[in-house]
Amino acid sequence: MTEKNSRRFTVNRIMQYVGRYRISAVLSLIFALLNVAAGLYVPILIGRAIDCIIQGGTDYKKMSLIILKAVISMIVSSLSLWLMNEVNNRLTFSIVRDMRNEAFLKIHALPFDYLDPHPSGDILSRITADVDQLADGLLMGFTQLFTGVVTILITLCFMFAMNPFITLIVVFVTPLSLFVARFISGHTYDMFSVQSGIRGEQTGLIDEMIGNLKTVKAFSYEDKAVSRFDEINTRLEGASRKALFYSSLTNPGTRFVNSIVYAMVALFGAMSVLSGGMSVGILTSFLSYANQYTKPFNEISGVLTELQNALACAGRVFEFMDEKEETGDAVNGDGKYPKGNVKCSEVDFSYDKKASLIENLNIDVKKGEHVAIVGPTGCGKTTIINLLMRFYDVDSGSITVDGTDIRDMTRHDLRSSYGMVLQDTWLRYGTIRDNLKMGRDISDEDMIRAAKEVHSHSFIRRLKDGYDTVIGEDGGSLSQGQKQLLCITRVMLSLPPMLILDEATSSIDTRTELKIQDAFLKMMEGRTSFIVAHRLSTIRNADHILVMKAGKIIEQGSHEQLLEMKGFYYELYNSQFA
Amino acid sequence: MLEAIFELFVPLVVASIIDRGIAGNDRAHIIKCCIIMITLGAVGLISAVSAQYMAARAAVGFATRLRHDLFKHIMSLSYGNIDELGTSTMITRMTNDVNQAQTGVNMFLRLFLRSPFIVFGAMVMAFTINVRAAFIFVVVIAILSAVVAAVMYYNIPLLKKVQDRLDKITLLTRENLIGTRVIRAFTLEKSEVKGYRTANDGLYNDQRSAGHLSALLNPATFVIINLAMIILIYTGAMKVDAGILTKGQVVALYNYMSQILIELIKLANLIVLLNKAVASGDRINDVFAIKPAISTVKDPGSEEGGPLGIEGNEGVNVPYIEFSHVSLNYSKTGDEALSDIDFTVNKGETIGLIGGTGSGKSSIVNLIPRFYDATSGYVRIGGRDVKEYDIDELRKMTGIVPQKAVLFKGSIADNLRWGNENATDDELYDAVRLAVCEEVVKGKGGLEGMIEPGGRNLSGGQKQRLAIARALVRKPKILILDDSASALDHVTDLKLRKGIEGIDYDPTVFIVSQRTSSVQNADRILVLEDGCIAGWGTHEELLENCGVYREIYDSAFHEG
Repeated sequence: MTEKNSRRFTVNRIMQYVGRYRISAVLSLIFALLNVAAGLYVPILIGRAIDCIIQGGTDYKKMSLIILKAVISMIVSSLSLWLMNEVNNRLTFSIVRDMRNEAFLKIHALPFDYLDPHPSGDILSRITADVDQLADGLLMGFTQLFTGVVTILITLCFMFAMNPFITLIVVFVTPLSLFVARFISGHTYDMFSVQSGIRGEQTGLIDEMIGNLKTVKAFSYEDKAVSRFDEINTRLEGASRKALFYSSLTNPGTRFVNSIVYAMVALFGAMSVLSGGMSVGILTSFLSYANQYTKPFNEISGVLTELQNALACAGRVFEFMDEKEETGDAVNGDGKYPKGNVKCSEVDFSYDKKASLIENLNIDVKKGEHVAIVGPTGCGKTTIINLLMRFYDVDSGSITVDGTDIRDMTRHDLRSSYGMVLQDTWLRYGTIRDNLKMGRDISDEDMIRAAKEVHSHSFIRRLKDGYDTVIGEDGGSLSQGQKQLLCITRVMLSLPPMLILDEATSSIDTRTELKIQDAFLKMMEGRTSFIVAHRLSTIRNADHILVMKAGKIIEQGSHEQLLEMKGFYYELYNSQFA
Repeated sequence: MLEAIFELFVPLVVASIIDRGIAGNDRAHIIKCCIIMITLGAVGLISAVSAQYMAARAAVGFATRLRHDLFKHIMSLSYGNIDELGTSTMITRMTNDVNQAQTGVNMFLRLFLRSPFIVFGAMVMAFTINVRAAFIFVVVIAILSAVVAAVMYYNIPLLKKVQDRLDKITLLTRENLIGTRVIRAFTLEKSEVKGYRTANDGLYNDQRSAGHLSALLNPATFVIINLAMIILIYTGAMKVDAGILTKGQVVALYNYMSQILIELIKLANLIVLLNKAVASGDRINDVFAIKPAISTVKDPGSEEGGPLGIEGNEGVNVPYIEFSHVSLNYSKTGDEALSDIDFTVNKGETIGLIGGTGSGKSSIVNLIPRFYDATSGYVRIGGRDVKEYDIDELRKMTGIVPQKAVLFKGSIADNLRWGNENATDDELYDAVRLAVCEEVVKGKGGLEGMIEPGGRNLSGGQKQRLAIARALVRKPKILILDDSASALDHVTDLKLRKGIEGIDYDPTVFIVSQRTSSVQNADRILVLEDGCIAGWGTHEELLENCGVYREIYDSAFHEG
C-alpha cells in the first residue's frame, strides 16, 4: 500500500467511527452553517448601519431596526456556536472512548505470538498517547476546519453579492496564501517525524530507567542515565525547535498574504467608492469580510499540521487494531469442567519457526495424576505450560482433554478448568482482598481460610490495613515470596479440576514451603496437576516425572525409577546435596 | 509585539482613506495609504517571524530544561519514594505532561505576548480617537478578562481530574498488557474489559464536563464583543450626528473592536490548551515536591583523610561492617520489618543470610548501600556510619545483585559496564566466567550480542547470571547476592559459589538465600525470623543450637 493510500484508508476508518454518531455529525454541520451564516450577516448589517450615519441627519429609526436584526443574528450565531461546541465535544470524546474500548478488547484477543515479542510500552503508547493526540486533532478538525471551510465559502458568496469585481481580486490573491501554507507544512511534516522519532527514543530510555530505577540506583548509574538522557534531550531540543518554528511560520506567512489582500480590497474598494460603485458602509463590511475570509486560512493551515499528526497517530492505532487475532474459538463450549485426562500426542512446537524446540512430545496423564516437569533453565518446561493452556497453538500433533482436542473447546472453558500459579507473579494496583478475589464471588471467610492454609494470613495481617492494604503496581514493596504466596492463595480460592504450578514456590523459603505442603497436597488431591520446579523436594511425590533437556523428554518415570536409572535426573538430584 | 503595534496602525490608515481619500476624492492618497499598509504588513511579518522563533526557542528550551530537571529529580528519589509513587505515573508525567507544558508555554508566548498587546493597544488607539467612546472598550475588556479568568478558574481543576483519569486508564492498560497471561488463565477478560469500560466512561464524563465550560467561552466572547460593537455604532452615530466624530473614525473604532474580537476568539480556542498545560504543570510540580528520603553527604573525605576511611582502618581493631541495634520501618503505621539487629562482620568474610519469606533478609542487605535508612540504630562500614559516606562512593564499593534481575537494552558489554564503565574486555570476560555465563554470552554472539529491553530475549536464569556478572565487573569490596541465584539449578549454583569463593580481591560477601545448601559453606550465617535475629554462627553451630535453622535445613531435605 502506498503512503497516500494508507492515509486515505486511515481517514476512511475514522469516518466509519464518525458514522456511528451520524446524527451528531449532521447536527454539528448544521450548527456550523448557522453559526457562520448568522455571524457573517452581522458585518453586513453593521455596514448598513454605518451608512445610516450622516452628519446631522442620521436615520435613527432605520438604524434601530438594522441593529435589532444584528442583535438577533448575533444571538443565533453564538447559540449555534455553543451547541456546535457541545456536539463536537461529545462526538470526539465518544469516538475516542470507542476506540479505546476496542483497542483494549484487542489486547485480550491478541495471541501471545504478538504480545510476547512486542514491548508493552509501545502498545501502551498507542492506546493512550496516540489516541489522545487523535482526539485533539479530531476536535480541532471538527470545530476549526469545518467552520473554517464554511466561513470561506459563505464569505465569498456575501462578497460576491456585494461586489463581484473586488471579490475576484480576493479570489486571485488567496491561492498565494494556500501556496505559502502548503510549502511550509510540507517541510514541517518532515521535521515533525524527526521529532517524534527522537521522542520515541527518549520515551524508551525513560521507560527503562524509571521502570528499573532500583537497579539504576544500585549501580549509581543515575549520572550516566542523566547524561544519556541529556544527549537525547539536546537532540530533541534541536528537532523540536525547528519543527515548532517552521510550523509556527505558517501563521505569519499567511497573515502577510492577508494584509496584502486587505490592502488590495481597501485600494480597489476606496476607488470604487470614489467612482460611486459602492457606499462607505459596504466598504467597511467588505474590509471586515476580507479579514474574516482570510482568517480561516490561517487556522486551516495550523489545523492541517495538527491533523497530519493526528492521522499519523490514528494510523498507529489502527495498525494495532488490525493485528491478527487469536485463531477462532470453538463455538460448542458446554461450560462443563472436564474430568482431567490430558494427552499430548506427537506435538511439535517452536516459537521461531526456523529453530525447532519441542519435537514429538507424547504425554498421557490420567485424571488426578501429578506430573512434574524438571530440567535445566531454557529447556522448554514453560513452553509445555503455554501449550496446555493454549496460549500458543501446537504446530502439529494434538493435545486433548478427556478425548476432546483443545482446539475444539472454547478457550474460556479450557482455561477455567486449569488453576495456574506462575513464576512471574502478577499483582495489580488495589487491595489485597481485590487481588485475591479477582472479581470472583467469594466470601471473606473462604478467603481468610485459604490464606491461613497457605500461610499468607500471618503476613497479610501484619500489613498496614490487613486485607485492605493497597499494594502498588506489580506488588509494590512486597517481597517476591510474599507475592507468590498471594498468587497461590488466589488459586486456592477457585480449585478447578486441573492445576498448573510453574515454579510456584521458587521464591518461598523451604520452611514455609514445607508448611504449605499440606495445603498443596490437599489442593492437588484428585486433580490433574502439572508442576514445574527446579527444587526437587517439591516434586518427588509426583506420580510421574518428565525430565527435559533442550525441548525433548530425555527421561521419565517415578522418582525412584529415575534415581535407579542414574541418568540426568540422578545428577540433578544429587547436586543439591553437594 | 512589534507586529501587534504595526497591525494596530492599519485601522488608522483605513480611517484616513475614508476621511481624506474618499471624502477628499484623493486617489493618490488612497494608493499611498495602501502601500503603507503593505509595508506595515511586511514589517509585521519580519517581527512576527522573529517573535515566533523566540517563542519556539524559549518553549523548547524550557521543556528541555524541565525534562532534564525532572529526570534528574526522579533519579534522585529513594527506594521508599519509588514504592510509593509507582512507575507508570512517573513515566506519563515525564512524557505527556512535559509535552503539554511545552505546548502551553509556546502558546502563551505566542499569544499572550501578542493578544493583550492588540487588545490593550486597540484600547489605547481608541482613546486617541475619542475618549468617551473608548470607555466602552475599557468596560468590554474588563468583562472579558473576568469571563476568561472565571473559565480558567473552574476549568483547571476539571482538567486535572481528566488527567488523573487518564493516569488510571494508563495503569489499567499497562497492567493488562503485563498480566495478560494471568488474566487469561483466570478467564477474567470480560471483567477486565468491564472495569476498563467503567474507567473509560469516567474519563468520558469528566472530559465532557470540562468541555462544557470551554464550549461556553467562545460564544460568550462573541456576544460581548458584538454587543459592544452595536453600542459603539449607536453612540458613534449620535456623535457623528453632533459632529464630534467623523464617519471614518467610527469605522476605525469598529475595526479595532473587531480586531479585539478576532484575537479573543483565538485566545479562547487556545485557553483550553493553556488550561491543560497548567494542569500538567501542577502534576509535574507534585513530583518535584517529593523530597528524596535519602540525602547524600557532600565532600565526605573532609573530616577523615581518605575518601573512604576504609583502607586506613584496616589495622585498627574496628569491625568492617557493623549493625548496631538497627530497626527499620517501611511505613509509619506498619509493623517493623527489622527490629534490633545487632552483628558485626570482618573484612573478607562470607556471610549467609537465611530465613523465611518476609523475615527481613533483603531489608538487611538493602541497608548497606543505603537504599533505605535505618529507622533507629546505626549501620557502620569501617567504623563510619553509612550516612556519612558520599552515597555514590558507598554504592560504588558495593556490588548488589537484586532479587529481580533487570537488564537493559543494549549490548551485553554495555550492560556489564554498568558495573564499571572503564572495564576492559578481559575484565568483562573474567566476570562472565565467574558468574558461569560464558555459554550465555556465546549464545548471544559474544560481548557485542544485543539484549532486548528488559532482557526479554533471555531466560530468568540467564538474566540472573548476567546480573551477577555485572556486579562482579565492579570488583566490589562488598558483594551482595540477594537471592539472586533462585532461578539457577543446583549444579550452576554450586559452580557460581565456588567461583566467588576464589575471587582474588577477597570481597566481603553477603549471600541471601532460601536454601541452606547455598549458605552452609559461608563463614558465618545469620538466621532471621520475623525481622529478628534467630541465630548467628557457622553451619555446624547453628545446626546444634538454632531450632529455626535446623527446621530450614531439614525442610530442604524433607523425606530425603
